[in-house]
Amino acid sequence: MKQDQPATDCKLDQMSQDLLGKPIARSEGLAKVTGTAPYAAEYPVDNCLEGVLVTAPFARGTVTDIDTQACLAMDGVVAVVEDERMTARAAQGTAGEAPVQQPRTVCYWGQPIALVVAETFEQARDAAKHLVISFDADDLDDVAFDPNAVDPENKESTSQGDLTRAMNEASSNVDARLTTSGHASAAMEPHAAIAEWDGSKLTVYASLQMLNYNIAELADAVDLEEDDVRLISRYVGGGFGSKLGISEETVAAAIAAMQLERPVRVVMSRQQVFQCIMRRSETTQRLRLASGDDGALTGFGHYALVSNLPGEEFAEPVLQSSQFLYAGENRLLEMDVARVHRMTAGSVRAPGEAVGMPALEVAMDMLAEEAGVDPVELRLRNIPENHPVEGTPFSSHKLAECLKQGAEAFNWDSGKRKPRHTKDGEWWIGTGMASAARVHNVSEAKARVTLKADGTAMVETDMTDIGTGTYTILGQVAGEMLGLPRDKVLVELGDTQFPRGSGSGGSWGAASVGSAVFVACQALRKKLAERAGVSEDELSLKDGAISGGTSLVDLLDGKDLAEEGHYEPGDIDEDFVAAGFGAYFAQVRVNRFTGETRVERMTGAFGFGRVLNEKTARSQCIGGMTWSIGVALTEALHFDPVDGHLVNCDLAEYHVPVHRDVPDLDVIMVEERDPAASPIQAKGIGELGMCGGAAAIANAIYNACGARVMDFPMTPDRVLAAMPYD
Amino acid sequence: MRPFQYARPDSLDHATQLTAPEDTMAIAGGTNLIDLMKLQVETPQELIDINRLTMGEIADTDDGGLRIGALATNTATAAHDRVRSDYPLLARAILAGATQQLRNKATTGGNLCQRTRCYYFTNIDQPCNKRDPGSGCGAIKGIARLHAILGTSNHCIATYPGDMAVAMAALDAQVLITREGEKERTVPVRDFHRLPGDTPEKDNVLEAGEIITGVTLPAPVEGKQIYRKVRERSSYAFALVSVAAVVAMTDGRISRANLAFGGIAHKPWHDPRLSELLVGETPSAAVFDKAADLLLEDAQGYGENDFKIPLTRRALAATLADATGVEL
Repeated sequence: MKQDQPATDCKLDQMSQDLLGKPIARSEGLAKVTGTAPYAAEYPVDNCLEGVLVTAPFARGTVTDIDTQACLAMDGVVAVVEDERMTARAAQGTAGEAPVQQPRTVCYWGQPIALVVAETFEQARDAAKHLVISFDADDLDDVAFDPNAVDPENKESTSQGDLTRAMNEASSNVDARLTTSGHASAAMEPHAAIAEWDGSKLTVYASLQMLNYNIAELADAVDLEEDDVRLISRYVGGGFGSKLGISEETVAAAIAAMQLERPVRVVMSRQQVFQCIMRRSETTQRLRLASGDDGALTGFGHYALVSNLPGEEFAEPVLQSSQFLYAGENRLLEMDVARVHRMTAGSVRAPGEAVGMPALEVAMDMLAEEAGVDPVELRLRNIPENHPVEGTPFSSHKLAECLKQGAEAFNWDSGKRKPRHTKDGEWWIGTGMASAARVHNVSEAKARVTLKADGTAMVETDMTDIGTGTYTILGQVAGEMLGLPRDKVLVELGDTQFPRGSGSGGSWGAASVGSAVFVACQALRKKLAERAGVSEDELSLKDGAISGGTSLVDLLDGKDLAEEGHYEPGDIDEDFVAAGFGAYFAQVRVNRFTGETRVERMTGAFGFGRVLNEKTARSQCIGGMTWSIGVALTEALHFDPVDGHLVNCDLAEYHVPVHRDVPDLDVIMVEERDPAASPIQAKGIGELGMCGGAAAIANAIYNACGARVMDFPMTPDRVLAAMPYD
Repeated sequence: MRPFQYARPDSLDHATQLTAPEDTMAIAGGTNLIDLMKLQVETPQELIDINRLTMGEIADTDDGGLRIGALATNTATAAHDRVRSDYPLLARAILAGATQQLRNKATTGGNLCQRTRCYYFTNIDQPCNKRDPGSGCGAIKGIARLHAILGTSNHCIATYPGDMAVAMAALDAQVLITREGEKERTVPVRDFHRLPGDTPEKDNVLEAGEIITGVTLPAPVEGKQIYRKVRERSSYAFALVSVAAVVAMTDGRISRANLAFGGIAHKPWHDPRLSELLVGETPSAAVFDKAADLLLEDAQGYGENDFKIPLTRRALAATLADATGVEL
């Protein structure tokens, strides 16, 4: 089904199983915590060789020779694989074709150039260090590393009215420059693959988010037809964008297996994951906000400079939600991209809003102070009726409710807006808030649902569950529609033998594949209704039977019944702007002496359409808010200024928040149904939780101690430098 | 990781024999060494596993102090009753370091021997005089955020990353060291680690064939014990600056001020002049400032870590204020 119209009457609400939305624990949770859910590198494969990637110790140039002699003479070493089809970079999300190949042409420090294969991992790892690489590295003076030191290319520009004039004529205005650091996805499971080749078919166990695209990427890279490739990715230990496209280890394992005619496993070291896998671009942003006395925006300017390698299309979409979040007649939104030789920049959880929203929301806090309007009130006054440039209506818009419900739950005190109002020993205590916004995405998806003769159901799609709860929610959608308890629905994911799902990315998985399952179930219901001699509307299914009547087993009469559901986003996105909204409130302590900041409590209120599972949805929000703490306080990729290599490339030195940094996070899920977002009225949620939360913390730091820090993350040195001396 | 030989001696004598060759290394918890071997930063020919030796005891000494065996884990030490009651500074410092999992494996001797290190030391494709003498220092013109401000040389600006030894320096602990056929020697923790000079490859004074058998703490002294560790995340992060303090007051004046600092030098930093300056003074912001002036008179930043100079000053003042009850 193609969605061209809002799904105002949703079948799900007429069902009787009472399963959807319930806080059911993840069905694969026990397997995961007992170590019995296999991750990519853990599949038992006989006779498997081990491959270790060899990477370039220079940022730009050409590998002229690889001397394999010493390496091949070592115990256990089977081969050195150097093949021009091996990939130099990971594929961007939804690429659907081979990423940049020809690894001998080096574009960033740490780029994989060859694979050493041995009988054991230890042999391969040692041998990899004995490979003698000759190269022509470009003069470092000619290689750009600093995005702020090159002439950037213009990427996008939207203009309406006259921003400069609006700024000049405004009663209050803010002109602020903010920066955000580069981020890593830092998923727990490193990138890994095991490839098997039987002479005609390639099977690869890998850690990937979007098998529906990855199969095309891999087939293209190794010159096979998609039909001859099978990808399996049943459990993924976190992706956060880093596993959207296939990356170097998967292609290298495949080529090695085909060449050596034995299975080959390649697991990236933690350092390689950091050095080769996509980063989130650092940003430099300028916010210009103009308002009247009442805080109503008259001008809205947002400029961003991001970076990427030469030739990469992707540019961190910093301005994405700035296009429509707030009103303002005079608008100028511009983005430039600087070409630098750091590893590829690509999607990391909530590309765009993850860094654009924190900057915007700090500027809004500054405007609130400038205009003398409470920050919550300022946001409420600037919610536009329709898209401020295109005039398109919103499909559903819960920002106001989120702001109000969040403020109430947090006990927001608008009387304490002047900084340095509360001191507790060495600590300043303050509060801050910010809006959340994230575009809503959907994608084509297919799923097969089979009613088995024994009265159970099976859902099959190559959709992945990257730890978000996909197994569970798809079982809930099917169970609700077919009148089955959750444990009577088997969900099989992560195998390209199944119908193509949407993949997990852009927060679109639940709404897209959920809709495909929904469509398949509708078709099944139609058939069941025919058999039962009732109209589909009258068909009430519960606990494996027609309510008060025939059981499913009897209706099926010994035969399975299967339907494939096919969901396609239609033209509805031309008629409506669909987005998730929310609000964050944070209380922090800032140490008067050291500038250390600790988050004491945090509330997030979010509207993302129908909640499919209250527990997994809440976990997504908590995860997003935790990332907000990282963006605000700790996470930053540090690149060497001389040769451009990534310096902090492990979990000890790239600081994601630890448990002790994360207080109890209060999550409010605001009741919402969005009929234009998807047939099941659900929107994306995985990313929304981090789209602005860092600003609530930044604004709370200011409110606590008077330090208006303009650079994320707000480490103790930066807070101290901005803190009024006392 | 390079292939290596492995031996597991049953006696200390045997262990000291086995560790005598230059390219052997002793391993206890392995929490630092194994990481460095995987990265091929350390490439011992032979590992001597000393975990079979009975050196895990924590026991009272005749003079009222405490002897902590070299193989006592950090977790056991931090949880020990006497450590908690008489040397709370040590318990707090240990608990401020690493993670629970690492502390469960890490030992007293191994913690003292963890490498003074930096980003460039752990990346074998980068220059580092400590790892590869003569190859240069990548950090001086590179990312030097975590690096030293005191006692640096043109060869190395790395910082000693530990917490336990900083507390031990303030407590004036002694390291007990043995080697085959010789009497046990004792080195103050304050002198155990070295400054880089032109031989940054040597972190400490331990010679080949020597094994740490334990650490002794002197009898407990009067005074407030404080460990303040400044860092951007609250666990599993090295100190930007840390201060270990044992400070006593008598009749409104400072009567003891044993201070040591982490995160600012190639070794736990102890400056005996601070105690001389502070003892006898009535505590005040001005006195704390004078102490900081003295401590930091030769401090030098490398751009990225310039902030450590004012941060050390503030951390010292906050610690002294906390110890003496002065409101700042």
